[in-house]
Amino acid sequence: MTAFTIIYFAFLITASCAAAFYKYKSALLLLFTLLCVSLLAGLLGGSGVLVNIAIGFGLLAAAGGISYAFRESMVQILPGEGAKLMRTAPLTAAFGLLVIITYVIAAVFAPVIAPFGEAEVVGASFAPADDVMILGGDQLGRDMFSRLIYGARNTVGIAMMTTAIAFTIGTIAGLVAASAGGWVDQVLGRIVDTLMAIPQLIFALLLLTIVGTSVVNLTLVIALLYSPLIFRLARAVAGNIVVMDYIEAARLRGEKTWYIIAREVLPNITAPLAAEFGLRFCFVFLAISALSFLGLGIQPPTADWGSMVRENATLISFGEITPLIPAAAIALLTVAVNFVVDWMLHISSGLKE
Amino acid sequence: MQGVIALVGKRLLLGLGTLLVVSIIIFGAVELLPGDLAQQILGQSATEETVANLREELGLNDPSYIRYFQWLGGAVQGDFGISLANKRSVAEQLAPRFANTLFLAGYAALIAVPLAIILGVLAALLRNSVFDRVSNALSLVSISSPEFFLGYILIVLLAVQNPVFPAISNVNPDMGLWERLNRTTLPALTMALVVTAYMMRMTRAAIINLLASPYIEMARLKGVPNGRVITRHALPNALAPIINVVALNLAYLITGVVLVEVVFVYPGVGQLLVDSVTKRDFPVVQACCLIFAATFILFNLLADVGAILSNPRLRHPK
Repeated sequence: MTAFTIIYFAFLITASCAAAFYKYKSALLLLFTLLCVSLLAGLLGGSGVLVNIAIGFGLLAAAGGISYAFRESMVQILPGEGAKLMRTAPLTAAFGLLVIITYVIAAVFAPVIAPFGEAEVVGASFAPADDVMILGGDQLGRDMFSRLIYGARNTVGIAMMTTAIAFTIGTIAGLVAASAGGWVDQVLGRIVDTLMAIPQLIFALLLLTIVGTSVVNLTLVIALLYSPLIFRLARAVAGNIVVMDYIEAARLRGEKTWYIIAREVLPNITAPLAAEFGLRFCFVFLAISALSFLGLGIQPPTADWGSMVRENATLISFGEITPLIPAAAIALLTVAVNFVVDWMLHISSGLKE
Repeated sequence: MQGVIALVGKRLLLGLGTLLVVSIIIFGAVELLPGDLAQQILGQSATEETVANLREELGLNDPSYIRYFQWLGGAVQGDFGISLANKRSVAEQLAPRFANTLFLAGYAALIAVPLAIILGVLAALLRNSVFDRVSNALSLVSISSPEFFLGYILIVLLAVQNPVFPAISNVNPDMGLWERLNRTTLPALTMALVVTAYMMRMTRAAIINLLASPYIEMARLKGVPNGRVITRHALPNALAPIINVVALNLAYLITGVVLVEVVFVYPGVGQLLVDSVTKRDFPVVQACCLIFAATFILFNLLADVGAILSNPRLRHPK
């Protein structure tokens, strides 16, 4: 029974009593469940587990606090519309925005922030963390922290580009299918069905065997494999628009298909497409990281989060968690994008049920 | 009953057709390779004679459609040709690994399916409660994390810090079931984490959708108690969407196995596929892709058939 354990339980019990007294039902339930779980975990795993739980909740609370401060300061800083939007944003969305902004800053100003170059050998391989290399060295003695920062640029940048290409292909094909109809629609639809009948990761592996691994090939292959889903959405939402009277009016005016697509249909489907862009970005990002992790994506010496995990994975069996930081960076960005997309879907109500 | 069999038969034929098209793509993709396959394998320094010999050996002198039918004919009989890397029969290497992969996927499914259905139904019934929000957040995190992240976290927690399970799941055929289960627990848990999250969210959405339907409202309006509405009206009808969700996620499980196998150095098809891609061993890659694609199509087909069997309305398409 350490002092920590006593303080831990005392805090939980006081907090649950306070929640019960002020009739915060959900807070009470949460705290009480946590209390029971902690009792069980403490009995089984000792106070080490309790420390982990406390650290976890401390991190959550810190994230909540930062997001709250970020949201409120945004409300103050942003003019008119922006402030109104931010005021109604849930904390999760504020957190997501904050994370995305941090990543963008890291990516854009990577050479300024990173203390060392992307492929610069600084110390011994697997050097432990010290004042010079705050996260230690990797398998060749390069600075982990600098590579992490450059990774934001490479991994996120490539994923962004891939999503943009996939989106261009998918949206244009979807809009053409919806506006042209007839055999064009049929042919495109069948091609997409076939592409979707093969699991994407497996298909990507097959295509990468053939074209070889390089960043350009990776981008094009992933973009091709992820465009069918975008095609389906674009075609479905555009299908609802092309039957409208104003489209018919445009046709009767003698407008070309291209004009109808660009000026009449596209502006009306931007909201669902923007949300879809966020979601697809997550999938593309995870797919590229997975391929890089397998050694078939972004190639060394380019700093990339997926391959960083793979290169330093041996450290994990010694109980070191530094190789997991790039993987955590991937997960954090995906969660953040998901939070923002949820919020966007909510406010645009373009896809709201 | 006659109608159902005809409908299911039509689905099966459609699935077979898809598989045929997929096999053409898998075979054709390698054909599209620029230049000569034999030259690619031997490298630039090869003499004309050795290239010609290899072409003869691989049967590259026949037109491609004849080779496609030879390949397909062999594949349906379980003969996938010879590996380029080690000259061994592909089928021989593949068979024990496929059994291992199925074992791992089955183990993961055994953990994931009951857990996901119970959690999903609970989250739908208790929606907007603390339980729903917490499970929603946790499943979002688990979906957003790359599989290798979850796998390594489990290794750190359950193999390094508290040595409960081994970190590397090297199984071999003469291992007892218990030993085998012990070694595959961590990879199975990793896959179960991801699949449970997906399945739970889909189950929750399906049940919420169901609870919004008019007949549930009717039951509530005529004064049926809440518990009875759920057990007698909602759950029997929830079977159809749940079967669909399970089958779709099992399809995902089979293909999601690749990353997990690499993390845990598990001797399965996924590991073989990744190795062969690095070595550019085309026959093995083609065989692995065909097996994965066939399983994927099979489970999607099962989802379709399950939906038809459990929902009478689908038996009479308008």
